[in-house]
Amino acid sequence: MEDRAVIVQSLSKTFDKVRALHEVSFEVSRGEIFGMIGPDGAGKTTLFRILSTLMLPGSGQAEVLGTDVVKNYRKLRKRIGYMPGRFSLYPDLTVRENLEFYATIFGTTPAENYHLIRDIYIQIEPFSKRRAGALSGGMKQKLALCCALIHKPDLLILDEPTTGVDAVSRKEFWEMLLKLKQGGMSILVSTPYMDEAAQCDNIALIQEGRILVTAAPHEVTASFSLPLLGVRSNAPWLLLNDLRQWPYAESVQPFGEFIHVIAQPGHGEPQALLSFLKEKGHPDPEVRVLQAGIEDCFMHLMGAPSHAI
Amino acid sequence: MKRFGGFIIKEFLHIFRDKRTLLILFGMPVAQMMLFGYVITNEIREVRFAVLDHSHDQNTRDIVDRITASSYFRLETVLSSDEEIAGCLREGKVKMVLVFDRDFASNMEREGKASVHVITDASEANTASIIYSYAAGIIQDYSRKSAAPASPSSQLTISPRMMYNENLEGVYMFVPGTMAMILMLISALLTSISIVREKEQGTMEVLLVSPLKPVQIILGKVTPYVVLSLINAVSIIALGYFVFGLPVAGSLLLLIAECMLFIMTALSLGILISTATSSQQTAMMISMLALLLPTILLSGFIYPIENMPQFLQWLSVIMPPKYFIIIVKNVMLKGTGLEYVWKETLILAGMTLFFLGLSARKFKVRIDVKTGRKGPFKRKEP
Repeated sequence: MEDRAVIVQSLSKTFDKVRALHEVSFEVSRGEIFGMIGPDGAGKTTLFRILSTLMLPGSGQAEVLGTDVVKNYRKLRKRIGYMPGRFSLYPDLTVRENLEFYATIFGTTPAENYHLIRDIYIQIEPFSKRRAGALSGGMKQKLALCCALIHKPDLLILDEPTTGVDAVSRKEFWEMLLKLKQGGMSILVSTPYMDEAAQCDNIALIQEGRILVTAAPHEVTASFSLPLLGVRSNAPWLLLNDLRQWPYAESVQPFGEFIHVIAQPGHGEPQALLSFLKEKGHPDPEVRVLQAGIEDCFMHLMGAPSHAI
Repeated sequence: MKRFGGFIIKEFLHIFRDKRTLLILFGMPVAQMMLFGYVITNEIREVRFAVLDHSHDQNTRDIVDRITASSYFRLETVLSSDEEIAGCLREGKVKMVLVFDRDFASNMEREGKASVHVITDASEANTASIIYSYAAGIIQDYSRKSAAPASPSSQLTISPRMMYNENLEGVYMFVPGTMAMILMLISALLTSISIVREKEQGTMEVLLVSPLKPVQIILGKVTPYVVLSLINAVSIIALGYFVFGLPVAGSLLLLIAECMLFIMTALSLGILISTATSSQQTAMMISMLALLLPTILLSGFIYPIENMPQFLQWLSVIMPPKYFIIIVKNVMLKGTGLEYVWKETLILAGMTLFFLGLSARKFKVRIDVKTGRKGPFKRKEP
């Protein structure tokens, strides 16, 4: 058995004149959760459609579960579970009917693979007679996951499954994915949320059709070599402006309540920045040294592609 | 097979849960039949008219009595001078004024020739001409019967009955036309919308990824509409028979088989439209403009093809409903068999195959994205 679920080699795809994917290469091992992290329009959906055999690659090769996505697409379609980014259920059918329909067209029944979906289906079971169109965002995505899982695929391809879903449902959704992974399923998932990246075994950061880096989440953050400072004060707007004038600032990004400042090498001491801010007239700023998160790395890579790790 | 069954069940669920579709499916045929049967009929009923009689003799009284006695006309008022005519018509009190000349009876007896003016309100041109022909029919009928054998010149040569028959045939005409229109509407419009809806909802993506073959997807979408269209065709025939007394002169089996063929033609058009569009709105517009209007206007349903300008006559040659209407008219009204309509049947069958072939070429086993309409998304078989 192939030990890699997905092998992509210098895949490119162009729409009219827009380059959606540019020489993308990566591999997904069997039984891992691989996260494709990137902003909207980075090319995630195009990539996933190619891997789900829905779209033809422009150039390059893609092999999923040991099968070429172009030559043997029909054989492959039975073995993958694809959940598109858009809502892909029938709004006029009930929860139960949707599930049964998707089970039927894959030649199975909900009962046959119930063990796979049980944990998540239990949460939506009370609404099984409700029309799918009347479900909340989180419920819809859970149902869509059930529908994608119902034929027991070897690889799940989930395109932004948690976009527009509340925080609690997102957490539950990811718990489900981790459980599926323990059951031996390979999962390829895309997300614009950086906090979800940490849950993946490996991630690829993608922007404008190019993969910036592929590594385990902790490797990505560990390889971040520049000093990172978090700054907070009572006047965030003024603070942001003043920080941008600090001569040793590589980049300044607001992140929630803290402003993240990447300093030039050798300028990571909070003291220096603190005195700079006091000079600027900030009475009581707070400066602390931070551990870089995925988002810091991503922002930094995006800003300066030449610094690629 | 079980997969396919599940698909069809799903399709029926869609249809029965969508009130709009249901309304089109079942309300439309009945509404159209009633509309064309009762409202847009060429028959007239209880038309109010006025009389200006300068002669006041037995003959004019007889004529007025006869006209009034028919259910077509009702005497509203008797005028006393020419000046009143215009006002009477303008107010819309009456649709027709009969004016008898002086010495009507004596003229008729002496010269076998007398004149009556029939003045109609021609602001509704069609109605006016029908009213005229009805009134003329009654008057001529009277003149024929009352004329003395000695004066054959009073027998008029134009037979008003012919006018009447022509109108009657027009009434019969609406059943084949309505049938063509409704089958076209349901088969083409509803199927194209239902396929395009899957694209719009994003469910087509999942269907394509599933092991279902494209043929199965299309057949699954189409089968329920075949069944429902056939039910509709039969109910239109039944409505025509029971409500309007229109008999099926030819073989009922042949008629239904021809309906089936036309349903196929319309469905293949619907599929073709759905492969070419990606939004329900566009599918609807195309169905309406490219299918429904030509069905009504160019198929000979309402306007005879022979009366059209040459250019439109050529255009009508490629209209499938034209052939269907010819077939139905032949089988239903004239009672002819397949030996008289085989040519039209073959044309319809050919068109169906052509449309199906074209859609099979255009149907994509992969999705097409708005940004790339051509080139990279062409269907590619391994």
